[in-house]
Amino acid sequence: MSILVLGLGNILLSDEGVGVRAVEAFQAQWTVPDGVDVVDGGTCGMDMLDIIASHRTLIVVDAVKTGAPVGTVVKITGSDVPVFFRGRLSPHQLGLSDLLATLTLTDEAPGYVSVIGCVPASMETSLEMTPGIAARIPAMVDLLVEELRSLGVSLEPKAP
Amino acid sequence: MVQRIVVDPITRIEGHLRVDCDVDGGKVTKAWASGQMWRGIELILQGKDPRDAWVFAQRICGVCTTVHAITSVRAVENALKMEVPLNAQFIRNIIQGAHAVHDHIVHFYHLSAIDFVDIVSALKADPVATSKLAQSLSDWKMNGVGDFANAQKKLAAFVNSGQLGIFGSGYWGHPAMKLPPEVNLLAATHYLQAIEFQRRMNKVVAILGSKTPHIQNMAVGGVANPINFDSQSTLTLEKLHYIKELIDEVGEFVQQVYIPDVCAIGAFYADWTQIGRGVVNYLACPDMPVDTKGEKLSLPGGFIKGADLVGGFNPIKTFNDAYFEKGVKESVKHSWYQGGKGALHPYDGETIPQYTDWSDDGKYSWIKSPTFYDNRAQVGPLANVLCMFAAGHEPTVRWTTAALNTIAMHLKTPVGPDILHSTIGRHAARAVRAAVLHEEVGKQWTMLMENLGKGDFTTYNKPVFPKGEIRGFGFHEAPRGILSHWVVIENGKIKNYQAVVPTTWNAGPRDEGEQMSAYESALLDTPVADPEKPLEVIRTVHSFDPCLACAVHLTDTESRSSYQVKVV
Repeated sequence: MSILVLGLGNILLSDEGVGVRAVEAFQAQWTVPDGVDVVDGGTCGMDMLDIIASHRTLIVVDAVKTGAPVGTVVKITGSDVPVFFRGRLSPHQLGLSDLLATLTLTDEAPGYVSVIGCVPASMETSLEMTPGIAARIPAMVDLLVEELRSLGVSLEPKAP
Repeated sequence: MVQRIVVDPITRIEGHLRVDCDVDGGKVTKAWASGQMWRGIELILQGKDPRDAWVFAQRICGVCTTVHAITSVRAVENALKMEVPLNAQFIRNIIQGAHAVHDHIVHFYHLSAIDFVDIVSALKADPVATSKLAQSLSDWKMNGVGDFANAQKKLAAFVNSGQLGIFGSGYWGHPAMKLPPEVNLLAATHYLQAIEFQRRMNKVVAILGSKTPHIQNMAVGGVANPINFDSQSTLTLEKLHYIKELIDEVGEFVQQVYIPDVCAIGAFYADWTQIGRGVVNYLACPDMPVDTKGEKLSLPGGFIKGADLVGGFNPIKTFNDAYFEKGVKESVKHSWYQGGKGALHPYDGETIPQYTDWSDDGKYSWIKSPTFYDNRAQVGPLANVLCMFAAGHEPTVRWTTAALNTIAMHLKTPVGPDILHSTIGRHAARAVRAAVLHEEVGKQWTMLMENLGKGDFTTYNKPVFPKGEIRGFGFHEAPRGILSHWVVIENGKIKNYQAVVPTTWNAGPRDEGEQMSAYESALLDTPVADPEKPLEVIRTVHSFDPCLACAVHLTDTESRSSYQVKVV
């Protein structure tokens, strides 16, 4: 088992950084076993090639635009994922979908990809998320925990 | 009849640049470069602790994280007039050199080669003939018939799957594609090999930076790498030797694949040595400090006026260089910010957004327009190589001469450095720079080992912030050109912060005196065979390696992230 949890986003642009912030919250609350790596990928370019290549399973945590109302939290799995990349729901997919295409060329693309997302309210320049979106982080962490457990990962909550 | 072409976004991976061209009689007659997102790092940093600025600065861009981190700590150290331990200088130098070599390989093979290389045509090539051709160009160990046959199979499967992915915006069969099938297969095979070698160089950054994509080892006053040869959790001899191994492997690729490929492809596209000249004032900073004060730098820099490498060259010498510090100003006359004060020095810079619609003769970009003593300047690997060449830097002269001689051999006619002021010249200069930097990284590694051998393990000096106001600047010759950060600190907190990034120099709108930027002027007279498919425009813009992520910032998820060309 080698699973990569990849938080994407630009923390300088308020809700745009929700994926990175969700992954930080997850790491603060849960103990992750060996075989699962949690990475803050920021706005992810070619630098991430090696990290993604060395994992069979990829869970992307990101701000998404699905047409759903602001603050909606989603889990996208299975055959819906390619659609997510075709529709370019997140501003980071240009980097990420290019990386995945490149890894297809080198036979190193992950066998399973899923996305945990949240629809942002604001992309203004700020280190703070909007209160409404910050309040959705626990729901994103819950979905991430559920996704990891469904992949057979045993997680232990950290003592508060 | 004048046709307006709009290309938006123009970059293949980081896309927030819009280019407008008027085309008349098959040529570009007018051009506008526009950054489509607004930049706000300055506002975020006001009031923050200067020791943390680099952490935020490296979030400006997903491609050049390390360069902003290094430049930011240099700016704060400059304000404090601090000395930096030798080990820290060498470690930073190895990180920046490795990052740049990685970046240049990725740029040529993965971001711009398919402007010149037709992947579909490569499927028709004969692997035996390709191997014979490849071996006539270089001694590279992976130029066998099997290497090319396997790559061709892989590409065929990829193209036939309909998932073009990374090749999605290629122009197969465009009249401006000129390479024979064998050269296309050669380049496409090396494209696949380059994926592997750029990764090795990135490992160097990851080991020294403790983490990637955001390095963790930077600090105002040095680096946070403890060095202890007896502890596995620090930088050990074993790790240092592994780094050297990686550097050497990538060097072979640069010398035996990247440079020969650029020269061969450049010779096939010799007409592109006459296209894309643009601004021929060049600005590059010196880099790779080898003392604690930033007064002795291994790689020279300076300003070249009017393409004159002899009489027009003025060196920039140290991290405290007043000639550089006093020469930079930014105009917002054509940018969507409140202005009216003329061009301002970065210490006094203002960033107050004020969006109005696009106006050809008014405001049309989120990018400011920097000038050097009121001159527009081109920055980037070409500026860097020409300045080092003008300063007589031996490895640069050697590699530039070798590349020009190889191109001359292909063309069977002598060529001089003057062909470098062009679209293809920018690619050639980037390859030369990769070779020069690779050598320099090896030297920095040796100096680090020698210093550690003397028993000096210091990596950090503690900064102390005085009461009152201090100011400083830091620069770094980044993969896309000169990057400078400017900081004003008051009572230990940031009062003003400006980042003048390379793409700002090259892609800015017209300035206070209506002079055009490097992008805009390089596009003039570019031939355009088919306005619906302006491959020629894209070639010239890509030759600058555009990265707008830090020139401006993402605010608009509605922006089209698929590639679009509009003929208006």
